Amino acid sequence: MDSHVSYFFWDLLNYLINGLTQGSIYALVALGYTMVFGIIKLINFAHGEFFMIGAFIGYYCILSGMPFALAMPVAMIGSGIVAVIIERIVYRPIRHAGRIPALITALGISLFFQYAGQMIIGADPKAFPSSIENKTYQLGEVYFSTSQILIVTSSLILMLFLYWLVNFTKMGKAMRATSYNMKAAELMGIDTNKIISFTFFVGAAFAGAAGVLVGLHYGTVDPMMGMIPGLKAFVAAVLGGIGIIPGAVLGGLVLGVAENLVVGFWMATYRDAIAFTILIIILLFKPSGLLGVNRREKV
Amino acid sequence: MTNFKRGLALALTLTALIFSGCNKQKEESATAAAAPVTNLDEIVIGAVFPMTGPIATYGQESVNGINLALKSLNETGVKGKKIRIVVQDNKGEPVESANAVRKLIEVDKVQAIIGSVASSNTLAGAPIAQQSGVPLMTPASTNETVTQTGDYISRSCFTDAFQGVVMAKFAYETLGKKKAVIIIDNSSDYSRGLASVFRAKFTEMGGQVVSNDNDTTYTQKDTDFRSLLQKVKRADPDVIFLPGYYTEVGLMIKQARSMGMNMPFLGGDGWDSPKLQELAGEAINGNYISSHFSSEDSDPRVQQFVSEYEKAYGQKPGAMAALGYDGILVMADAIMRANSFSHADIRDAINSTKNYIGITGNITIDENRNAKKSAVVLETTVSGMKFKQKVNP
Repeated sequence: MDSHVSYFFWDLLNYLINGLTQGSIYALVALGYTMVFGIIKLINFAHGEFFMIGAFIGYYCILSGMPFALAMPVAMIGSGIVAVIIERIVYRPIRHAGRIPALITALGISLFFQYAGQMIIGADPKAFPSSIENKTYQLGEVYFSTSQILIVTSSLILMLFLYWLVNFTKMGKAMRATSYNMKAAELMGIDTNKIISFTFFVGAAFAGAAGVLVGLHYGTVDPMMGMIPGLKAFVAAVLGGIGIIPGAVLGGLVLGVAENLVVGFWMATYRDAIAFTILIIILLFKPSGLLGVNRREKV
Repeated sequence: MTNFKRGLALALTLTALIFSGCNKQKEESATAAAAPVTNLDEIVIGAVFPMTGPIATYGQESVNGINLALKSLNETGVKGKKIRIVVQDNKGEPVESANAVRKLIEVDKVQAIIGSVASSNTLAGAPIAQQSGVPLMTPASTNETVTQTGDYISRSCFTDAFQGVVMAKFAYETLGKKKAVIIIDNSSDYSRGLASVFRAKFTEMGGQVVSNDNDTTYTQKDTDFRSLLQKVKRADPDVIFLPGYYTEVGLMIKQARSMGMNMPFLGGDGWDSPKLQELAGEAINGNYISSHFSSEDSDPRVQQFVSEYEKAYGQKPGAMAALGYDGILVMADAIMRANSFSHADIRDAINSTKNYIGITGNITIDENRNAKKSAVVLETTVSGMKFKQKVNP
């Protein structure tokens, strides 16, 4: 009986670590969803593709001999720029046409990148070059790898950076103002187009960072890789309360941990079914998400 | 959020409308497709394969194999006609497969269809071919139920009932393993079918399977298996049977080895792709699979195929290339023997194939329209698949 208790304890720790890793990825991607929604009320279904684009930029950078520490910022900037271009030539012209056209357009952009990627790069998964030594550490019966540590720490750093950016800089103030009331922000002399572009840039850069980290962690990238994390991140953003930045982080972590606990202790077959049931139950009791309160802090 | 919901509803309605439109079209042209086409300058054969998506290398290899066979076949011609194939990409997805089969029958008016690879895909397209009365032969789908769709559906490869038994015997007798866990790809008919055959044979021989079919599963496109593997590790098996496809298998084995799980993993022909080595790296050493073909086979016919293939495509052929090659040759042989170019005559000729000597073995199509032929057991290593043993039916 004693060994069962310690088994349970070790297993639980393993599941929590795996959940935290996956959850950090969901959270990083969810941040972009939530920021873009916060500022222009657009559910950007193409967001998962910025994750994929970041992963591929990282892939080609590392293939060409760049060290990982440099490839990641390059991938972030790269997918940020792609997002800004997409916002400028696709979303901006239809911004005032209402939400539905924008939503459908976002779906179209998502499919465009998935299939253009398959055409240009090829559909088969590519092995991500291991540019850093991915060691596995063992503590008691808990296993974790260098890439897992890297994912959790870099997510944490990026999230703290975002917190600082939104709350303590002039740019952040302008973002919050634009989110709160775009017309009033314009009257105050804020160039809201610039702010929206910047929001897209930051959101996509975070997704790009997540893409590179995922490539490194699992060792594979392919043009369809953005679909599932994009969907899960959307769920995470809604779970935490869409438009609320800490909500995206919390939602991502809750979803990641819940999935791994279901797989570990219960039936793996029903992983997504159970994870999504949790979502539905939470939304039944708190329709605005975990952190959704009356006084919203949007961006 | 209400706007968002309205948008979703709109999208769904539109999709439903489009699909119902397609169905009407199909009813109208079904009769036209069933009429035999006899006067042709060329024989058009449809090919449904995953050219993109998670099992894309299977489609690409199969079509390479088919094209290689056609090159020499068309020099002489079949009954004085050339064979032309129309390749349709099914992206490795069942819905796309059904659409592809429908398009080939209604738009391209093909004489017969070859394809697909994944059993779930072939199963989605087969009923349409059966209803329209167009022969469909799969060169690579091994799930038992595929050919049970009807008399127009056949295959030129062995089935999982054979493959699963080969691996169960290999695990129990050759490796001497007694305690197995089965990890299933939940989105694949192939994986579920193979798993149940392995379970039955392994327990019948005296082995023990310590996993439940719902507890140790994953879904295609999953990338993180650590929690699943932790659970498997706790069950303490001495062998793991993993009937999946190479993309997920590669990742899973890599993660398992990094967690200190060193027991051998066994799989089926779903592993047989050069991508497996690329994705798993060093971790791939010391695992075993059953497959259709080994490029190390010393048979001169096999070696000739291997060198021709390498010359044409610059890489060693995998099992799917060999199966595609044999598949189209079996089909061409049937068209040669058929009384006419009508769909029914081609079907009868395919179904009566006897002792066709292919590079993947001697192909005889039995009364259930399955091929009886040998399997090989291969050891997976970083440098490729090493031939281990050949098992006859």
